[in-house]
Amino acid sequence: MEKRFSIGKLVITVIAFIISIAFLLPFVWMLSTSFKMEADVFKFPIEWIPSRWNGIENFKEVWLGQYTFALYYWNSIKITVITTIISVTVSAMAAYGFSKINFPAGKVLFIIILATYMVPQQSILVPQFILYRYLGLFDSHFGLILLGSFSVLGTFMLRQFFMSIHSDYIDAAKIDGAGHFRIFWSIAMPLVRPAIATYAILRFIWTWNDFQNPLIFLRTDELYTIQLAMQKFTSLNGEFYSLIMAAAVSAILPLIIVFIIGQKQVIEGIALGGVKG
Amino acid sequence: MRYLSVEAKTVLEKVEYVNIKKLKKSSLEKRESWIGFLFVSPMFIGVSVLTLLPIIATFFLAFADWNFIMGIQSVKWVGLDNFKVLFANEVFVKSVLNNLLFLLTVPFSMVISLIIAIVIDKHVYMKSYFKVAFFMPYISSIVAIAVVWQVLFNPTEGPINQFLFSLGVENSPKWIADPNFALISLMIIQIWASIGFNMIIYLAGLQSIPKELYEAANMDGATPLDKFKHIMLPTLSPTTFFLLITGIIATFKVFDLIAVLTKGGPINSTTMLVWHLYDSAFVNLKIGYASAIAVVLFFFVLLITLVQWVLQKKWVNY
Repeated sequence: MEKRFSIGKLVITVIAFIISIAFLLPFVWMLSTSFKMEADVFKFPIEWIPSRWNGIENFKEVWLGQYTFALYYWNSIKITVITTIISVTVSAMAAYGFSKINFPAGKVLFIIILATYMVPQQSILVPQFILYRYLGLFDSHFGLILLGSFSVLGTFMLRQFFMSIHSDYIDAAKIDGAGHFRIFWSIAMPLVRPAIATYAILRFIWTWNDFQNPLIFLRTDELYTIQLAMQKFTSLNGEFYSLIMAAAVSAILPLIIVFIIGQKQVIEGIALGGVKG
Repeated sequence: MRYLSVEAKTVLEKVEYVNIKKLKKSSLEKRESWIGFLFVSPMFIGVSVLTLLPIIATFFLAFADWNFIMGIQSVKWVGLDNFKVLFANEVFVKSVLNNLLFLLTVPFSMVISLIIAIVIDKHVYMKSYFKVAFFMPYISSIVAIAVVWQVLFNPTEGPINQFLFSLGVENSPKWIADPNFALISLMIIQIWASIGFNMIIYLAGLQSIPKELYEAANMDGATPLDKFKHIMLPTLSPTTFFLLITGIIATFKVFDLIAVLTKGGPINSTTMLVWHLYDSAFVNLKIGYASAIAVVLFFFVLLITLVQWVLQKKWVNY
């Protein structure tokens, strides 16, 4: 392939760039509005760069005002980080068990678990709700964390990677007297670290963005996650769009940071497993 | 033992040795089994309690009349009544129809994604910028996206209608506030939001096409259109099929957009299966009725999955 500079390619790049900006306009509008005075929000033609800056006041109002966004933020961080850690651990252990430990019942259990992947999550909401009321898990962060902790997808994905580890490594370790827990922790896990990172980032994004489960399984205001708080905030502040946009920017920001750090893993993971949140 | 020949002795010793080995092996197997259980049990218990048990319960509840507030004793078995009420309810019928209309978002999004993927795969500089740009909606929360679009679609002051007005459009639609346009508005957002995922998968598909195919085609003097029709489309057929199936399943689960933007309205114009389920169960507390919807949803998704299994081999052709 020639690496020469080509005018045609440059023209296409410019056109594609303009299209991509149009595609991103909702985000640009969101960001610019979050820095505006409320009176300027609907000015037309749109002021993409605010003529009067009110960004600091808007974000201060959202974060430190009567809306306690800081608390919802903390709730979301706590739930997302703990869910991600538990989910990765549970899935990695199961994936190792299903791929590197040879036991007859394993195959049956794996098929049962895989079959549950076909069950749409929404078709079991009602019994889950009843079960949670009965077990006292309703309206608690712990209950919400449990809901996100047992991922069939994660197990399946990591199992593929564990299977690619050559069994010579494991046999050699066994001869040296290592048990499965040692092998799992000090041999298998380091070998699949990229896959673990990919799954952890995806789980982080999905949990952070989850709206349906918090909506159904949380009731107390102080337990709300950022997504739930956003919706409440919107209905309370229907008239204050600059504040709503400042809240939206705050809700998306952590994900953009996580995505920029783990961009390669996310895109490769999605392309590899074809996984959909 | 004393009178046995040397051969017989060695045979016997061998048998004994094998027996001991077998014994050792079976106890080793048992140990291995236990450790295996230990590794998979957190996952298995979690899935059993939080998925298997509930799905069985869904099927029972679909044949019962019950609400949350009363105890278990008040469960009444009503046979197929829930399903009869369900199919006679126009909101349910409307929900299914809307779900079917929503399927149109899948091919639209796929075609746009394929075009974008082809363009940014080979024909642009700054490839990674474009990947990230079109992928942005995927990583953003649907709630934040919905809130932004809600304001963009605002009938009087929203930027979209102001823009249309400045172009001279007098009677621009009221978008999510208009029963005739609300569903289309949601579909536009859905297409916009799903392009990133489809594009990434198509890009991976494009990158796996062997270069030799293009080189051979170039030697035969193939036009770009020939290459698209005879190389890209056939080699991408598994990708296309996969995106079609996951896309269809995803449209059956649409909920967040409706919950934030329209709540099924105006006048039920945007109600869909999962929204109707949520509304029946958690707003109107009709457990049996909602479970019947859940069963219908379950079978829709099962049906699509089965179709996938059957057609997978036929569609994948290269």
